[in-house]
Amino acid sequence: MNMSIEKRIELKAPVSRVWRALTDYNEFGEWFRVKLDGPFVPGQVSRGHVTYPGYEHIKWEAIVQQMEPERLFSFTWHPYAVDPAIDYSSEPTTLVEFRLEPKDGGTVLFLTESGFDAIPKDRRFEAFRMNDRGWTEQMTNIERHVANSS
Amino acid sequence: MSRTALRGRAQLKGRASVFAALGDETRLSLIGRLSNGPPQSISRLAEGSMLTRQAITKHLRVLEGAGVVRSIRIGRESVFAFRPEPLRELRSYLERVSEQWDDTLARLKSFVEN
Repeated sequence: MNMSIEKRIELKAPVSRVWRALTDYNEFGEWFRVKLDGPFVPGQVSRGHVTYPGYEHIKWEAIVQQMEPERLFSFTWHPYAVDPAIDYSSEPTTLVEFRLEPKDGGTVLFLTESGFDAIPKDRRFEAFRMNDRGWTEQMTNIERHVANSS
Repeated sequence: MSRTALRGRAQLKGRASVFAALGDETRLSLIGRLSNGPPQSISRLAEGSMLTRQAITKHLRVLEGAGVVRSIRIGRESVFAFRPEPLRELRSYLERVSEQWDDTLARLKSFVEN
């Protein structure tokens, strides 16, 4: 059972175009379906509200982490925080990372969301490296069991 | 608070406790053992481990609190059995989040390609 989400997608657009779509707050808002109050600044909170039909009452909030031009854009937020009656602010946040790589004039985008278990990914690998049965193998075993008994 | 919100909060708490229960090397290895075998007693689980029975008991209580294992009393001893339901719930939650990302990235794709 993989405790983080990893996606890879190829885009027929140059890295500079994808970078702008990710980090210009107006462009980000278009495809992410949020209306943001202002530009992204590393270390600062980004606020706005969701524009996805039916979810307009939901506030959008994230803390911008890293902006390495045309390489990495990351923020932390509360995943899947869609119920306005619930205060998610004390729940653990997850880290969302967009990594870009140029390929044949286009872009490969790697999306990762990690930290659902409140343990930073790097620290987890550190913690499990010394274990004879590593995290991945444990989770695969448990996953197999969960799948079999359903 | 609405019923939906209450249920949402309960789910959130449950999920957080399951994630927290899994976020420990010892507990993960206990789940690993129990999920691949029959229910086991504390002394059995302590065999071949560096941990004391007390330490193992403490971890099993955390797992029990999260609903990942349950204890069954047999005579004077308790044995612990794996419960797959909370992990199944966790998996379906992560699948929902994953599907949301698929939709979001598809919108990004058409945004930058058009």
